[in-house]
Amino acid sequence: MNSAEPAILIESIPNIIPEKKLRGSLKLGLLLMVVLAAVVTLGPLLVEHSPTDQGDLLTERYLAPSPEHPFGTDKFARDVFSRVLNGGRISLIIALSVVLLSMTIGLAYGTIAGYAGGIVDAFMMRFLDFLLAFPAVFLTITVIALFDMNHWYLIPILSLTGWMESARIVRAETLSLKEREFILATKALGYSHARILVKHIMPNALGPVIVAATFKVGEIILLESALSFFGLGVQPPDASWGNIIQDGRHVLFRAWWISTFPGLFILLAVTSVNLVGEKLQSLFTSVWK
Amino acid sequence: MISMARYFLRRTLQSVIIAWGVLTITFFIIHLAPGDPTSLYIRPDIDPETISNIRRQMGLDQALWQQYLLWLKQFASGNFGISFVHNRPVTDILGEAIPNTLQLTGTVFLLQLILGINLGVLMALKYGSRTDKAINAILLFFYSVPGFWLALMAIMVFSLRLMWLPSSQMQSLSLEGQGLVLFWDRLRHLVLPAAVLSIPFSAYTARFVRSSLVDVLQQDYIRTARAYGLRPARLLFKYALRNALLPTITLLGLYLPFLLGGAVITEQIFAWPGIGKLTINAVFTHDFPLILASTFITAMAVVIGNQISDMLYALIDPRIRLLNEQG
Repeated sequence: MNSAEPAILIESIPNIIPEKKLRGSLKLGLLLMVVLAAVVTLGPLLVEHSPTDQGDLLTERYLAPSPEHPFGTDKFARDVFSRVLNGGRISLIIALSVVLLSMTIGLAYGTIAGYAGGIVDAFMMRFLDFLLAFPAVFLTITVIALFDMNHWYLIPILSLTGWMESARIVRAETLSLKEREFILATKALGYSHARILVKHIMPNALGPVIVAATFKVGEIILLESALSFFGLGVQPPDASWGNIIQDGRHVLFRAWWISTFPGLFILLAVTSVNLVGEKLQSLFTSVWK
Repeated sequence: MISMARYFLRRTLQSVIIAWGVLTITFFIIHLAPGDPTSLYIRPDIDPETISNIRRQMGLDQALWQQYLLWLKQFASGNFGISFVHNRPVTDILGEAIPNTLQLTGTVFLLQLILGINLGVLMALKYGSRTDKAINAILLFFYSVPGFWLALMAIMVFSLRLMWLPSSQMQSLSLEGQGLVLFWDRLRHLVLPAAVLSIPFSAYTARFVRSSLVDVLQQDYIRTARAYGLRPARLLFKYALRNALLPTITLLGLYLPFLLGGAVITEQIFAWPGIGKLTINAVFTHDFPLILASTFITAMAVVIGNQISDMLYALIDPRIRLLNEQG
């Protein structure tokens, strides 16, 4: 093999990555996800410091990481480790709720549009294009800031602005599903449209939805943490990964640990989710094709 | 070509409708929100009379639909009003901020294109190899990293610890130099924000180029060219890359909303005086005219960007043009 002329070799390469290897990285990603989820759900019960308890403001502010405070303390002498674990819980709850809600909307919208076809489909898709053209991030920021909302409002807002891509994917899937024999069979049996949609189309369109949902979890974690960082999401004294990073923003030199650790958790969470999403995607496409 | 013109017209009409929709929705969101911009002026030494005068001046005393119509009329004639907070015409303020944002986002777009194409081509040529996998793993981190955190980490390392690069603003406040000195100073200020914002985009581009080039390399005409005995370098640069890279043009349209969204975060952290920082500040100070105008400009940039990339795509790829003629 002459590595200087690699373009020549491209043809001998298999099109599909061996499934065994795929499952290996998928497992790694899933394992990371589970460990992280366990740490943020169970961790807060095990740590000795409460996330909002202030220590002695004279002697315990900005303590560097130590066995007592693994991630150090912040300007109110609070334990950053405990705040990171608790913040992770809020971030994950928000992300999972948003994904569940937006995928449900997307699944319903997409299957209905695809199944109905014709004018209904055309109209629903034009409306979708219209919504997709909106600068969602700017509108979200405006709404949250002006209406003075707390972080639970993030769930409906981010869901309403985030279901459109999944609707598209589901519609494409429905279009091909409805031509398949088993759907024709349900029609021949005289099942109602509602029954065909809910019992036969939706479950079969779930594959691509699961892939899209996995990526969406990472996207929402990033978005929520950015909003919280700017004071537009989870409000202090409640902790979230984003607002802890904000706490450390102006003391980067003096107390690097405050911003660094929550960011590493975000990175880890989003990376593992995206890894799982990628592997699921290649697994599904290799099975389907 | 007639169908192309019709396609263009239809897309433009769509864009106009979207622009109006964005404007209307933003208008009602900010006017239905609790809190009044005049609350900023309330101080013990100001009497209620003055406040109501200010309200009248801003047109806040009229009915909502009157405000809406008046404001639509003004907007259509290019008058974006006076900023409540800066007390200057919104057009002037935006005029100062937009070039700064363009400078940042333009640099980012070029930077990520260079990095993304190089990585993508490398991965495609080494498809399936260890190099391919290693780069792929790095790219996974590239688009999983929270941008605002990466920005802070970059400031911490390169500005605070190593003291190599400035951490905020577009140029040094005390600088009096011109020409090359000024250019060098501005370049130093651009490095960190541009590099941080380029990271996720370069990852998307690299993956896009990789799969696009792998597709092209497996096509029959490449096999034929090889059978003719073309040198690999010539094959790659003259025949394969040209077709594989053309679709990347359309990425610009796709990236625009995310570029501008990313600029909001990056500008805020690096105190870059662009439209993103302006919008965030306007939202926090309830500066209605400024929020409306900057949301509008951003939405328009996105809509126009999408339109341009659709048109480019139709121009490049006759198959798409054909689809439009039919539909």
